[in-house]
Amino acid sequence: MNYRTPTGGAIDRNTVLRFTFNGQSYTGHPGDTLASALLANGVHEVGSSVKLGRPRGIVAAGSEDPTSLVQIEAPFPEPMLLATTVELYDGLVARGLAGQGRLANEPDPARYDAKHEHCDVLVVGAGPAGLVAALTAARSGARVVLVDEQNQAGGALLGVDEYLDDRPSAEWVADVVAELKSTPGVLVLERTTAFGMYQDGFVLALQKRTDHLGFAAPASVARQRVWRIRTRQTVLATGAHERPVVFADNDRPGIMLASSARTFRHRYGVLPGSRAVVFTTNDSAYCAAIDLAESGVDIPLIVDARASAPSRLATECAARGIEVRAGHVVTGTEGSGRVTDVHVAPLGSGHADTVVCDTLLVSGGWNPVVSLFSQARGKLRYDSELGAFVPGEELETVRVAGSATGELDLTACARQGRNAGAAAAIAAGFTPSGQVPLPTSDSRCTARSGLVLWRVPGAEDSSFVDLQRDATVSDVLRATGAGLRSLEHIKRYTTIGTAHDQGKTSGMIAAGIVAEALGVELADQRPTTFRPPYTSVSFAALAGRDRGELHDPVRVTAIHPWHVEHGALFEDVGQWKRPWYYPQPGEDLHAAVLRECQATRESVGMMDGSTLGKIDLQGSDAGKFLDMLYTNMMSTLKVGKIRYGVMCGVDGMVIDDGTVIRVGEERYLVTTTTGNAAKILDWMEEWLQTEWPHLDVHCTSVTEHWATIPLVGPRSRDVLAAVAPSLDVSNEAFEFMTWHDTEVAGVPARVCRISFSGELAYEINVTAWHGLAVWEALMAAGAVYGITPYGTETMHVLRAEKGYPIIGQETDATVTPQDLGMSWAVSKKKPDFIGKRSFARAENNRTDRKQLVGLLPVDPSVLLPEGSQIVETDRLPEPPVRMLGHVTSSYPSAALGRTFALALVRSGHERIGETLYVPVDDSLVPVTVTDSVLYDKEGARRDG
Amino acid sequence: MTADPTSPLAAWTDRLTFAPALIASERPFLSQLTVRVSDPDAVAALGSALGVVFPSVPCTFTTGSGPFGAVEVLWLGPDEFLVVAAPDLQLPIEDALRAVPFKGSVVDTSAQRTTLVLEGSHVRDVLAHGCSVDLHPSSAPVGTCVQTLLARTGIILQVTGPDRFTILVRSSFAQYLAAWLSDACVEYGAVP
Repeated sequence: MNYRTPTGGAIDRNTVLRFTFNGQSYTGHPGDTLASALLANGVHEVGSSVKLGRPRGIVAAGSEDPTSLVQIEAPFPEPMLLATTVELYDGLVARGLAGQGRLANEPDPARYDAKHEHCDVLVVGAGPAGLVAALTAARSGARVVLVDEQNQAGGALLGVDEYLDDRPSAEWVADVVAELKSTPGVLVLERTTAFGMYQDGFVLALQKRTDHLGFAAPASVARQRVWRIRTRQTVLATGAHERPVVFADNDRPGIMLASSARTFRHRYGVLPGSRAVVFTTNDSAYCAAIDLAESGVDIPLIVDARASAPSRLATECAARGIEVRAGHVVTGTEGSGRVTDVHVAPLGSGHADTVVCDTLLVSGGWNPVVSLFSQARGKLRYDSELGAFVPGEELETVRVAGSATGELDLTACARQGRNAGAAAAIAAGFTPSGQVPLPTSDSRCTARSGLVLWRVPGAEDSSFVDLQRDATVSDVLRATGAGLRSLEHIKRYTTIGTAHDQGKTSGMIAAGIVAEALGVELADQRPTTFRPPYTSVSFAALAGRDRGELHDPVRVTAIHPWHVEHGALFEDVGQWKRPWYYPQPGEDLHAAVLRECQATRESVGMMDGSTLGKIDLQGSDAGKFLDMLYTNMMSTLKVGKIRYGVMCGVDGMVIDDGTVIRVGEERYLVTTTTGNAAKILDWMEEWLQTEWPHLDVHCTSVTEHWATIPLVGPRSRDVLAAVAPSLDVSNEAFEFMTWHDTEVAGVPARVCRISFSGELAYEINVTAWHGLAVWEALMAAGAVYGITPYGTETMHVLRAEKGYPIIGQETDATVTPQDLGMSWAVSKKKPDFIGKRSFARAENNRTDRKQLVGLLPVDPSVLLPEGSQIVETDRLPEPPVRMLGHVTSSYPSAALGRTFALALVRSGHERIGETLYVPVDDSLVPVTVTDSVLYDKEGARRDG
Repeated sequence: MTADPTSPLAAWTDRLTFAPALIASERPFLSQLTVRVSDPDAVAALGSALGVVFPSVPCTFTTGSGPFGAVEVLWLGPDEFLVVAAPDLQLPIEDALRAVPFKGSVVDTSAQRTTLVLEGSHVRDVLAHGCSVDLHPSSAPVGTCVQTLLARTGIILQVTGPDRFTILVRSSFAQYLAAWLSDACVEYGAVP
């Protein structure tokens, strides 16, 4: 059957689009939605319900539809879209869903993006009220953004055939849009849904830019865009949704909202069926009935729940042979799939008639769309005449206009728009010029509200409140029967309003049924909270451009190209890419690291340490400030010298470590761990700005100004001498923990003698610009010694062999310097420093705290997994098993010729020499507890 | 043996033209010094040393000319400025600033950031994809200078002409920023 009218509708009848739904081929036209095209082909049954598997159809014509969820399969799989909001395109393949869809297995080839926009006045909704508001604001010279979720402006006018001022309404709309689009500073966004309203005029809107083009969508254009709008003033002209009335078996396909049927008729040229019964509580459905009757639909009966029908409309109906039965209601329906009969009875009690039909149109009144107003923290008020929550207060920067306020008359809506647009412009500092003329409609439907009726008594188990959640009147009564009174609780108990549609058609009815069941006034009930997003937003749209290589910034050092060229594998450290190791052909991680360690300990190696955080401190109080930050004394450091330091939080737990270089009398350079560079700068600024603003110190990050190259191993002195001919590299002239400014490879450099491996080592700092060239010069100069680049893994092994902890690996915010065996780095003399007070707490002085020790597996070839637990006995006792601690680092060691580990162990320092056990798979591995320093305890290698 | 410098966007040298969306070009190796100072007299004296009046209006930059040629001073915070000048002047400028007695700090941060000039008809559109600051000429006229985010990296943004911006970006983030720009320009006809 073809339900397309011979004329009418904003569709291009000359172009035929082919599409497939549930395996069947159909045709439609540009301008159709999937829903209108299905209805044109006589298809009402779209999917089935999520829990009960009952057939479900199309209830509404827009984004408020609770039932028509479909899965798009081609051009690209996309789940959970509403057939009523999918614009038809050629080649579309879709199928109906039972509540849940499937995500694609393959990456989405489409582009997604975001764009920031700023305006003086944002207008949401391009119906009569929104258009007049936008035009009023635009004529004042304000920057205006108008967003509307439809593919064309007009709002409710799109679904009717009214004339405005004796012209088709589309002409009035087109004129307004044309003026808006030609006004500088005005942005009109179609297919754009404002889905979230936040504080300070921040609004998120999703624009579907190429979805409607289907296979023809250009690859270079972002398919969807999240607009991040910041506005000074907002006018919400979001309209109203028609709501149904609940009755027994109200969920069959073919049961539709009356105004939606009218929209399908006028916007798409589609009739909902051949024979339609209309059930209403107000006047608006009469217009739908008359329009459809004039289009050839047989309308045998209008069932009006009100005691008397509106006389003028009833007369018009009688002239068209439509029976009007006032004081009656629909009590139930029949049909194996689509509705075939409706039962009609007097409201209250009495004999029920059965009327044959293929369509039932329902209208229970109108719910203003107050979601965004509520998100903006606007209070709602129950309007007992409308039977709906309406905006209940004025907000400073948010105004509501049109049917979103509950107003039903077109001219009155437009007037509200004009007033709101003018007020918004004035509030934003502009002066409206003249008054936009208000349109007048020829509509025969008077704007008057009807009877508030939530449900018709009947079989509660099949009286559906939320069609998508399969939640019935029984479920609501079960909730109130269980003692729930708050709508928020009942929402969660019944799941009503939690589906894709967020209860657009069901929420108000649920509130009404609850109030009836509890015998309370709706005015005293608090409505459930409206939360973003107003309509579903895909994760792809929210991710936008932040995916693939742009997912998170990749930070690279100046020397990075060399690492790539030389086959380094990389480790992510924060956002940095750091060389992990440099495998030679055939080498795995272990082989490469053993080689790198051995070369470094026996000759010379070097690594890229540029990622170390570096902070320049200047000022007469810099030393005093550092004394407060570090646990040890820094102000006594002499110019030219370097000291290692530990930083604690106020709880006395280690947060970072690094070196402090005294550059001058009032100038220091401190290093932080790679991952903590920003955190420590913030930490310093916080103390300076909030606690010690009197201190004369300024902190400046220079992390990326310097490229830093540790040159490590017994031959490092020879290599340095070769590239820094003006520097006296002798042990006497260049002592451990001192620095010198010199030239390396012909460029100014600061060379520090510090070591994170126990070997003779230098840290060469040059500007980042020169990092790559200096690195290459060092490689060339070291070639005779077999200089070996090494990565973070070898660095970790070399430092672990010396028992040097890595903050964040050996520590986890519960570890004190004392736990790490670093009491030597905690000043006893300083009157105060951050964390000092906590060291006196009883907890900090327990002897059974977890302390850093070394572990040597009795079998020297066993590698303990990092994170392994440590227990006391060689057999596991009945649970609970006392855990003594865990393995923090574990490596095979070239220098030791065996595996080893570092661990935090209860009373670890007292346990040195004991045998403990580490559960690995099904066995308990015996390990010997040792001092954490396992290599070169006497420090003989430090000076080369 | 003298090591040649390499700029953070050296690998992008031939790939920074995102026509017709915009043209980007790196201005590498500029002299940059971070100055922390709050005493107004000291601010004035530092400006005199360089031949430029330090900006007193937040979120602006000033230009001037003196012993070090054309110098820009960028307002970064209530007591923080960035002095930008031609390459190879960082040491003499640091000396000149240190010659002024004041409480505060001067730090050579020349290699901390690199500089990108963006110009073209779509430059505002492209920036609006990643920058939340209102760059409309009525809100951000020529002379504006803000610290903000572009996509997921911090930047300093200067409005230097009707359709011309200068971006200073941390060196380690520069390649991410170039990749992001390249992608964002596709929408406006650039070929990735």
